[in-house]
Amino acid sequence: MVIKKSLITLCFLVAQSMAVASPDIQHWQTKNGAEVYFVPSNDLPMVDVRVVFDAGSARDAETGKNLSGTALMTNGLLSEGAAGDDAQVLAEKFEAVGAVFGNGSLKDMAWLSVRSLRDDRYLQPALINLKNIISLPDFSKGAFKREIERLKISVKAGKQSPDSIASQRFFAELYGDHPYAQPSEGTDESLRKIKLKHLKDFYKKYYVAKNAVIGIVGQLTTEEAKKIAMDLVSDLSAGEHAKKLPEVKALAESKTIHIDFPSRQSSVMMGQVGLARGDVDYYALYLGNHAFGGSGFGSRLMQKVREDRGLAYSVYSYFSPMHVQGPFMIGLKTRNDQLGEAMDIIHAELNKYVNEGPGQDELNDSLKNITGGFPLRIDSNKKIVEYLSVIGFYSLPLNHLDTFVGNINQQSKKKVDEALKRRIHPDKMLTVIVGAKNK
Amino acid sequence: MILKKSGAVVVMMVLLSGLSACQTKPEETIQTKLKSSVSESGVYSFMLENGMKVLVKPDHRSPVAVSQVWYKVGSSYEYDGITGVSHALEHMMFKGTRNLKSGEFSEIIAANGGSENAFTGQDYTAYFQRISSDRLELCLQHEADRMRNLQLNEDEFKKEIEVIKEERRSRTDDKPTSLTYERFNAAAFINSSYQQPIIGWMEDLNSMHLDDLSQWYKTWYAPNNATLVVAGDVDPQQIKAWAEKYFGVLKASRIIPPKPRREAKQMGERRITVKLPAKVPYLLMGYKVPVMNTAEDEKEIYALEVLAGVLDGGDSSRLSQYLVRETEIATSAGAGYNPYARQQTLFLFDGSPREGHSINELEAAIKKQILVIQKKPPSIQELNRVKAQVLSASVYEKDSVFYQAMQLGTLETVGVGWQKKDEYLKKIQQVTAQQVQAVAIKYLQDDSLTVATLDPQSTSTKKQKRSKPAAGGRRGH
Repeated sequence: MVIKKSLITLCFLVAQSMAVASPDIQHWQTKNGAEVYFVPSNDLPMVDVRVVFDAGSARDAETGKNLSGTALMTNGLLSEGAAGDDAQVLAEKFEAVGAVFGNGSLKDMAWLSVRSLRDDRYLQPALINLKNIISLPDFSKGAFKREIERLKISVKAGKQSPDSIASQRFFAELYGDHPYAQPSEGTDESLRKIKLKHLKDFYKKYYVAKNAVIGIVGQLTTEEAKKIAMDLVSDLSAGEHAKKLPEVKALAESKTIHIDFPSRQSSVMMGQVGLARGDVDYYALYLGNHAFGGSGFGSRLMQKVREDRGLAYSVYSYFSPMHVQGPFMIGLKTRNDQLGEAMDIIHAELNKYVNEGPGQDELNDSLKNITGGFPLRIDSNKKIVEYLSVIGFYSLPLNHLDTFVGNINQQSKKKVDEALKRRIHPDKMLTVIVGAKNK
Repeated sequence: MILKKSGAVVVMMVLLSGLSACQTKPEETIQTKLKSSVSESGVYSFMLENGMKVLVKPDHRSPVAVSQVWYKVGSSYEYDGITGVSHALEHMMFKGTRNLKSGEFSEIIAANGGSENAFTGQDYTAYFQRISSDRLELCLQHEADRMRNLQLNEDEFKKEIEVIKEERRSRTDDKPTSLTYERFNAAAFINSSYQQPIIGWMEDLNSMHLDDLSQWYKTWYAPNNATLVVAGDVDPQQIKAWAEKYFGVLKASRIIPPKPRREAKQMGERRITVKLPAKVPYLLMGYKVPVMNTAEDEKEIYALEVLAGVLDGGDSSRLSQYLVRETEIATSAGAGYNPYARQQTLFLFDGSPREGHSINELEAAIKKQILVIQKKPPSIQELNRVKAQVLSASVYEKDSVFYQAMQLGTLETVGVGWQKKDEYLKKIQQVTAQQVQAVAIKYLQDDSLTVATLDPQSTSTKKQKRSKPAAGGRRGH
């Protein structure tokens, strides 16, 4: 299946990561300080475990100047050798019992995860393997050299993608000297600079119990889940929680950057700094953005740019709430020669929306969609375990999910209008365009 | 692991089929009209009087449901000059019927908290909604409406075809690996319609008319060419009643199956180079292989699946082990095989070389792995690993109602029959190391191989303008 009618799912994902499930969440701490969130789920004989560390690329800058990529490399290297087992053996140990291992690192979070059958013959070896990866990584020279070379090629491949070029520049310009400015995957320069020692130091500092959140969903009793969580991090030192990230400074004036690139479409990213997790305006802006560019079909941007004029396949907007202010972003791709027309529409629509807010009917539609669609957000173990880690990671209240619908319903046109006016400044937008100029 | 070690297309293949847990051979569904039956895996099936199939998979874990309507039509049903018409029609299916204005179906679903979309493949076009199960009836009602009452409008089409061209630029033209994959398919198939891109050639999109879509709609959109799949918190009897109420009243059409266009025998290796602005070289290799539908011996299909698992079923599989880690020739390398297609397809390999290694070295390294497995059957450990993964995947897949519905819809629509899903686990467990070796020997032969190489050209716009289309072009880097 190659073609979907739209990118709705993608936009939804971004929006969804903030809402949470209303299953009964149990919460406790391990002795050495890891926060554990557990939801029993007895229908399927399986278990999901997700361990999240405050060890994303936002921490690269704390390691040293121009060392972006350190967080990603550290996370990636854990499973390339641990407790004397090399990457091959570690992978075999998971796969021989049908377990699925995952890991990754973005700006805020770095995580490791395992999905396994419940039967102890499969589950226990998978958990022991995960524990070794988390607590006894080898950081061998060979694996380091291999993986950093692979990462360099990935960075190189990014330079053949208009979206990736645009995104990197967008974050660099928007965040200036803030750690969010640097790409998680690093740059040519930083990857030449990173040494194995940087990774070891990074690991020691951030892969510690007090900096960890564990999400568990599956066919387990509370006692079993407690034992699993305790064992998993028992060899980690308590350490300290990572410190608060610096505040973000918003751009003082608008800025437009056009990068010439031989693509048929121009990729546009336009935005400014938006929301932090737990922001007072979160619900108002989530709702306000939904009708503007967050809901796919039916959103203003989709209507004006795609449905009315056929100018784009994908056009959207979202807030991406992070530890400190994540971006508010509008994205669009259009044939190079229609760029001007498309940008005029976006500017006009944004101005109008911030001035007038959504129509009452639009707002009602959004409310119905968000509240009526709530059960879809929590209909699988996979989604629930991801929500657990978000709740834990951002210290959201345990009843975040129970209150989500209520919080959305409490918004009014007045609240939304005011929040939009207060938080979105059309005269201070950053715009990055990648595409062939003068075509 | 920092980055996925499999290559891009193999990842695409997973998206495409995603069906590591089902299969079947063409088999007539012998079901009495309106009498429903329950399968081993808890799937209820019945057929409406007009010939429409209905499959229901109850799953009461959450108060949600997914509805999918699958049509037996896709890019492989198309012929020269109208490529992309199935997908274009899919877009226009959201543009109004005799009863609803353009976009209104989407609005109704959104107002009820649902999400909806559609997808087109080589062998199918499908429309779906995810929604609270108490709102499901709406989906069936309006899907039935647009099956027969679509209003194709010229003004809407003129805009939408431009949207589709933007989609093509975005998905294919501006993505070096996708564009290479498109050219690779075009080169690999001699006469099979699998040579055509699902989204269509730009040339064909430029000359497409509303009439092409009308014709296509009349030809293929009928209850007896469709399957309704519902999964989630539903009662099969209720679904049956709604299906009869909404779809049962629709008239059947005379459906003339597409011409077979079975692929002619390949007589020697085919090889192409794709030169375009890019940074990283990329290799694609494909061997012609049978699928469940075309297999003389079904065992071979399961053996080919296990072969793909031995080569690229996880980070411990051979391509990651030898190409990425031991020899460090590849930065990524993958293999993939999708047996759920109407026609013969390709056993794929893809990858990118590490800095300092060439595409030729990468190709030689992949061929060496093929030779190794042709000479010596896989080990018991490897076989057990693949089988364990298949077994666990059959449990994990139950975590997603959407995926469960996808499996049923795909199997049924490509002609394999949804019932094959029930046999899958057992059949995989029966595969022997010798069978895996045997299919590697039989099918991974140079004479049926196609190779495509992405040869990166400068991405600097300035140089390009000055040097015009240089005849030879430079080699990568």
